[in-house]
Amino acid sequence: MLKYESISELVREAEKRQVTISELVLKDQAEAMEKTELEVYEKMEMDFQVMVSSVQVGQRPEQKSMSGLTGGEGYKMKAYAEKTGGGLCGPFLSRAISRALSVAGCNASMGRIVAAPTAGSCGILPGCLVSLWEDQGFDQKAIVMSMFTAGAIGMVIASRASIAGAQGGCQAECGSAAAMAAAALVELMGGTPSQCADACAIAIANQLGLVCDPVAGLVEIPCIKRNVSGLVIAFSSADLALAGIEAKIPADECLDAMRSVGDALPNTLKETAKGGLADTPTGLRLQKQVFGERQDT
Amino acid sequence: MNVFDIIGPVMIGPSSSHTAGAVRLGRVANKLIDGRKLKKVEITLSGSFAQTYKGHGTDRALLAGIMGYHSYSPEIRDALHIASERGIVYEFIKEDIKGAHANTARIHYFLEDGGEGVMQGASVGGGNILVNMIDGMSVEFNGENNTILVMHRDKPGVIAAVTQLMHWEYADLNISNFHLSRRNKGGDAIMTIEIDGQPPENLIPAIRNIQHVSNAILIRRI
Repeated sequence: MLKYESISELVREAEKRQVTISELVLKDQAEAMEKTELEVYEKMEMDFQVMVSSVQVGQRPEQKSMSGLTGGEGYKMKAYAEKTGGGLCGPFLSRAISRALSVAGCNASMGRIVAAPTAGSCGILPGCLVSLWEDQGFDQKAIVMSMFTAGAIGMVIASRASIAGAQGGCQAECGSAAAMAAAALVELMGGTPSQCADACAIAIANQLGLVCDPVAGLVEIPCIKRNVSGLVIAFSSADLALAGIEAKIPADECLDAMRSVGDALPNTLKETAKGGLADTPTGLRLQKQVFGERQDT
Repeated sequence: MNVFDIIGPVMIGPSSSHTAGAVRLGRVANKLIDGRKLKKVEITLSGSFAQTYKGHGTDRALLAGIMGYHSYSPEIRDALHIASERGIVYEFIKEDIKGAHANTARIHYFLEDGGEGVMQGASVGGGNILVNMIDGMSVEFNGENNTILVMHRDKPGVIAAVTQLMHWEYADLNISNFHLSRRNKGGDAIMTIEIDGQPPENLIPAIRNIQHVSNAILIRRI
């Protein structure tokens, strides 16, 4: 049984058995859950199908959040990508951005999503994976398998650092999601387990210190757009690793750093809506617009 | 923890703590109501729940859970409407419950048959919950394991009768956590028994048949 206490354990075990991280994890999790590999795989496949439907729901032009503060971002980005032939980022990335926005928007409008690892960061993994499936013709089975790699990275992050904004800031949510997605992308592109770890390390390093400062405490501003930066970092970190550019600080040490940075963050920057963007004049005005005067501020 | 705690749960947004966790708190009340007809429910929201419930759909989520929906049910969005259609009167009260966790809800339900009950719990992050009060008695369980609640009279031997039944009839059944609370000596009491794995089919009816046990409820891993 794997312990999921370090990324190096995953890399070492996968290399020893000459399998991918996802194959290693599927086998291990089937054992741990006392289920067949097929049953566990099919459960993950259902999660992927929910991700695909979240993209579709969130991409509707009329998509609007519960508070009314946000809405329609996924649709706008998709329309822009189509009109301009991909804007500055190019057709593939701009469409992937639209998907991340769509899933995050679907979440904000009380649609159905897969927390990955959280609801606030739910757009990053589907933004990456649904794009490879729909736009690059990747096999669905390979995509679903890569979600086990993403999940395993997330389990290590949860045990070694945190995946909760209230504990570790946004680095723990969108940062973790980007690291999980980066490792999955590397595996899908045929990278080695050690390159998966590099991509994870690079993604974490790029979001270290990111605070959780939701306006009015809602999972909308800036969360929806941070799913975009998380997605772009996931792609760039994966490409770096695949190019053979190694992480200078090993993944496990990056996670330890993430934990200590999270511990050092003041509570005002950990999902309390009392600091950062939430505490700006506009943030406070929007809060008042949605909830009226609050007693605790 | 397993891989589906990270890739998952499938849930209705926007917040694992304020929406998914709220549904799960509601589902505990649903289990307590246990199929009886619900007439009215008063839901007290405390702390962050009181401040931000509208933007997170916490009100709909709690009601949806009380009506038996899951954190992945699309009906959560329309829960207020569905409750009205079912003739359930609901009221949300904002109140600072002293000493309670920031995301705490207290659900007081009134049944058609004149019965009523109350439970209180908190959504502690990532969709996880902690139930801390049922019918005025303190309990402590998080819904991660299958949990058996045994309402009984505080009489000598009742705990032994329940645990002996579990041991002798179902040798593989292992208790992972046990908590007892009582209102007063010889009065109403409640056992919270968390178990590893699945409960045997006939366990709950068998516990209900034990002397001085008034009811037993299974709250499945939620």
